[in-house]
Amino acid sequence: MALSGGADRGSHSMDKSITLPPDEIFRNLENAKRFAIDIGGSLTKLAYYSTVQHKVAKVRSFDHSAKETDGDPLYEISVQEEITARLHFIKFENAYIETCLDFIKDHLVNTETKVIKATGGGAYKFKDLIEKKLKLKVDKEDEMTCLIKGCNFVLKNIPHEAFVYAKHADSEFRFQNTHPDIFPYLLINIGSGVSIVKVEAEDKFERIGGSSIGGGTFWGLGALLTKTKRFDELLQLASKGQHTNVDMLVKDIYGGAYGSLGLTGDLIASSFGKSATTDKEFSKEDMAKSLLHMISNDIGQLACLYAKLHNLTRVYFGGFFIRGHPVTMHTITYSINFFTKGEVQALFLRHEGYLGAIGAFLKGAEEDNPNQYSWGENYAGSSGLMSVSPDLNPVQRARSGTFDMLEMDRLERQLVNLPLLQDPTSYIPDTVDLTEDALAREYWLYCFEEALDGVVKRAIASQKDQPEAAERAEKFRQKYCHKLQTLRHQPFAYGSLTVRSLLDTREHCLNEFNFPDPYSKIKQKENDMALKYYLKVVKSFEELSWEQRQFTLVKGLLAGNVFDWGAKAVSDVLESDPEFGFEQAKQQLQERPWLVDAYNQWIERLKGPPHKCALFFVDNSGIDIILGVFPFIRELLIRGTEVVLASNSGPALNDVTNSELQILTERIAAMDPVIHTALKEDRLALVQNGSSSPCLDLSRLDKVLATVVRERGTDLVIIEGMGRAIHTNYYAMLSCESLKLAVIKNSWLAERLGGKIFSVVFKYEVPSKAQGQH
Amino acid sequence: MELNGFYCDGEGCAEEQEEEPTALKLLRSKTETSCSIIATPGADSAAAGGSVLQEQRMSKSTPAMLRLDSLKKNRPPFPWFGMDIGGTLVKLVYFEPKDITAEEEQEEVESLKSIRRYLTSHTAYGKTGIRDVHLELSDLTLWGRKGNLHFIRFPTHELPAFLQMGRDKHFSSLHTTLCATGGGAFKYEDDFLTMANLKLLKLDELDCLIKGVLYIDSVVSSGPPECYYFEHPTDPERCEQKAYNLENPYPLLLVNIGSGVSILAVYSKDNYKRVTGTSLGGGTFLGLCCLLTGCSTFEEALAMATEGESTRVDKLVKDIYGGDYERFGLPGWAVASSFGNMMCKEKRDSVSKEDLARATLVTITNNIGSITRMCALNEPLYGAALWNLDQAALYRAMIDQNIERVVFVGNFLRVNTLSMKLLAYALDYWSKGQLKALFLRHEGYFGAVGALLELQNPC
Repeated sequence: MALSGGADRGSHSMDKSITLPPDEIFRNLENAKRFAIDIGGSLTKLAYYSTVQHKVAKVRSFDHSAKETDGDPLYEISVQEEITARLHFIKFENAYIETCLDFIKDHLVNTETKVIKATGGGAYKFKDLIEKKLKLKVDKEDEMTCLIKGCNFVLKNIPHEAFVYAKHADSEFRFQNTHPDIFPYLLINIGSGVSIVKVEAEDKFERIGGSSIGGGTFWGLGALLTKTKRFDELLQLASKGQHTNVDMLVKDIYGGAYGSLGLTGDLIASSFGKSATTDKEFSKEDMAKSLLHMISNDIGQLACLYAKLHNLTRVYFGGFFIRGHPVTMHTITYSINFFTKGEVQALFLRHEGYLGAIGAFLKGAEEDNPNQYSWGENYAGSSGLMSVSPDLNPVQRARSGTFDMLEMDRLERQLVNLPLLQDPTSYIPDTVDLTEDALAREYWLYCFEEALDGVVKRAIASQKDQPEAAERAEKFRQKYCHKLQTLRHQPFAYGSLTVRSLLDTREHCLNEFNFPDPYSKIKQKENDMALKYYLKVVKSFEELSWEQRQFTLVKGLLAGNVFDWGAKAVSDVLESDPEFGFEQAKQQLQERPWLVDAYNQWIERLKGPPHKCALFFVDNSGIDIILGVFPFIRELLIRGTEVVLASNSGPALNDVTNSELQILTERIAAMDPVIHTALKEDRLALVQNGSSSPCLDLSRLDKVLATVVRERGTDLVIIEGMGRAIHTNYYAMLSCESLKLAVIKNSWLAERLGGKIFSVVFKYEVPSKAQGQH
Repeated sequence: MELNGFYCDGEGCAEEQEEEPTALKLLRSKTETSCSIIATPGADSAAAGGSVLQEQRMSKSTPAMLRLDSLKKNRPPFPWFGMDIGGTLVKLVYFEPKDITAEEEQEEVESLKSIRRYLTSHTAYGKTGIRDVHLELSDLTLWGRKGNLHFIRFPTHELPAFLQMGRDKHFSSLHTTLCATGGGAFKYEDDFLTMANLKLLKLDELDCLIKGVLYIDSVVSSGPPECYYFEHPTDPERCEQKAYNLENPYPLLLVNIGSGVSILAVYSKDNYKRVTGTSLGGGTFLGLCCLLTGCSTFEEALAMATEGESTRVDKLVKDIYGGDYERFGLPGWAVASSFGNMMCKEKRDSVSKEDLARATLVTITNNIGSITRMCALNEPLYGAALWNLDQAALYRAMIDQNIERVVFVGNFLRVNTLSMKLLAYALDYWSKGQLKALFLRHEGYFGAVGALLELQNPC
């Protein structure tokens, strides 16, 4: 029977000696509203909703109808304030609760808030304190309801939330893909007792069982047996013990003969069985280990019996017994694996400790309908998995800074799967998992560290008019540098470590310090420049034969893709030689046969009937989009194929954003009747992809894009650039034809793929009939 | 001793993981073996495959008329023993023939006579051996002979002393087969040979267990009923022991609680399988009690448990919610966390040894009840061997083959009315009356009885 939490486990003395750094811990308190608190046996989790004022870069087209002078830029860039919503979750030891409440009281400006939602066993105990300090009415919410609500929320909104724990594997944490449909699942909450909850839908769950043998049994019985008071210390003892000294094993009963009987001698026949028959002293470590095994095995066995009875294969474990403790995750994983013979894997959650607080918060925010939005983990403001784990970081633990944070941004757009994914459940955006590939991890962490100076410089340059930009840029450097350090030691901190997550973390950190678009000016300049050549490039195709034209178009597309400030090799060239041109870029390209070369198949296909509709995920601004992409899609449009250009919703590096693309397209349409007509007839559409990343996650795309793709009967997907076609989606299987093309502008990566820098990947794939027509 | 399902990793679990947990022995079917069960006393059925061994024995044996006579009737020679060597206790059953004629008496070899007299004239052997006189079955007919069945137990660690006695009494000169089951039959096989010159016939413990249960239930007709249950288990005022007729018991779960626990699903007398087990058994109760209270015997631990109060140790639902947790139908008296109050130092300091013993007993017993109940619910699934059964099929399967009876055996239940009532209560309450807990008087001796019956089939 089981209930989580447990209220009265020893009283912690109140620690008021710490001072809290306001810009690091309770951030954005000024605008905070809707508080929720989850007070467990030893940890308090506080949640609040706040709005964040962000600087965002906006582009606005000049009115070009009046006059057209060569010297004027195409559009103007302005930085505006935008308000976005953010959820803050902070976890700290109960000892600091008073200090924290005082801090909140002092910094809370907003007075509209009247109520604080509370859950957890300690909610009663601290009720008066909270009401007195914050002058907020404590409104108690059911623990289990909050837990499930929180669980649904993180499973839906945080990719790589769930993981499998494998102690002896190369990477201890194996993160799971978010399943498009998270239900049904089983949640085993191991608090002082165990609750087994079956969750069938957002608001449909049932406590189907439980057990009284749980974390409280480990702690209580462990304290009696070993005279060790703290739960963490008991786990430490257990990790050092030998249970075989205390438990009676099969081989203790059968002697050496178990082998011939097909038995496994190391099976525990009777937990603590040796202490019943042997008259001797047992070590604390051994008893703690035996106890840990006894309890983990028992819970695992019951979990499996319930999972089987209810035909459930997704089984998540949580509660303080599990929370961030590799020792218990290991024994539970072991037990589940044993009892289901590997059919079910024990799943754990990165933000398991926050579930109650998240749920309580969501209960209080129901009027805002938070579930209608998509949310994203903010890597800049979140501390990551096990930031305060004693096993990993004893030094950090000893300091007063035992604060763990999670921040989630409300995304402006609702995100969904690309309908053309062959199998959304098995789709993994990232090509290389750096958590598992140590060599690649080393390289990329080094690479991002190396590039940091350049990024800082670029950020300052983008805000020349602001004197404090240098100071902010320095803060950004420190923050990102610290993130990279963390990831070096805990690659699993934010789920699977990938080139994408490293890039995204950098974008989040830049945004955090109000550098919304460091490349805005460069993009502007390059767009201006490229536009001037557009007509010339288009004209140059007219003399070519059909075959020649197709090849030149593809080559142009690839050459355009060389212009990428995200790649260090290229940004060095662009930095030193601003005149570096399209023709030079073409010369840099690898001659055919390319590293991956499906060009002949593509040409054969083009000789056939035109595609119905092509979806093109574009990459860089300037030459790439204007002189590479536009001529290419122009040819498609002429063939009779509709084109949808998908670009980023927000800025990332020098990638073209949706608002920039709108203006560019207008300008091109003014020059080129083909584009003009296509726009007018709606055969050319511009949509945003919902992301602000240099990479592409096809499982989290703007809902509008998904609708457009479906309505237009899209039968060709083109993905361009290293970030979207190599670092991500290289292995993505689509249910229609696809073209993935990129120039490898990184010699390490090129070598890994078996080529040299500026190698070309031209991957054209056609799904087999059976898969294509489901 | 029972094999349970718990498998544990030491430090190098990578290689351990590779070993199949064959100890589960799922779907082990009795139909695979050719031996038949002799459930009827006095039935002189011939044992196929046994003749060679018997001839060898005849050629070697001393020319005692009685023994020859025995062989002619396809009856094993005396003495008739069955042994179950568990992790904690050795269980020994001995058939004492009462129909010995004067002639037989005269010809009975001295060593045989000495064993018979020693065993039947004492009720305690050494410091720790005990004959459970109250369990003795008199006037039993086995293989054509009339006699009494005696039930003896002693701690497994006293086995060397037992072997010494066997040697002193020249047991080996009788050239008898000693049928033994339990893990110790394997572990101590060499010791039997070297210390007492005795060759063991090793038998599968689950086979023996089932045979023993069915045999004893079939031969007990007078006196206290072998099988019983508790009527009104949820009402302490009206709760009383009632006889139960185990005539047509299938399907049933047989839960053997020794040092560890084995749970078998039995579909007919020779169709059964081990479903699962748990390492939280009698050994855990005694082991934890020894560590927590300093006691050293099961009787002591049980006596303390009887005096104690577990609610001072356990955290109850009402301790957390002030009453019932209505939302999930949890009554306030239910245990939320076993030993949960012991997380708090003040409470650790205020509990007695008796409280701790009681809490240990309640924890172990309730857990067995809980796993048993889940097995009973799951069994149709195992039976159907379908993991991905759709819900409708699952429901039909459950209706078709619901297990309603659970028979608890094993020495954990010896003189342990507390646990029996707790099991009866827990099963009745949590299954809403769907499951009935049944108990057997000879709780821990069935393996040994089953081994004795194998004397007939020395194959």
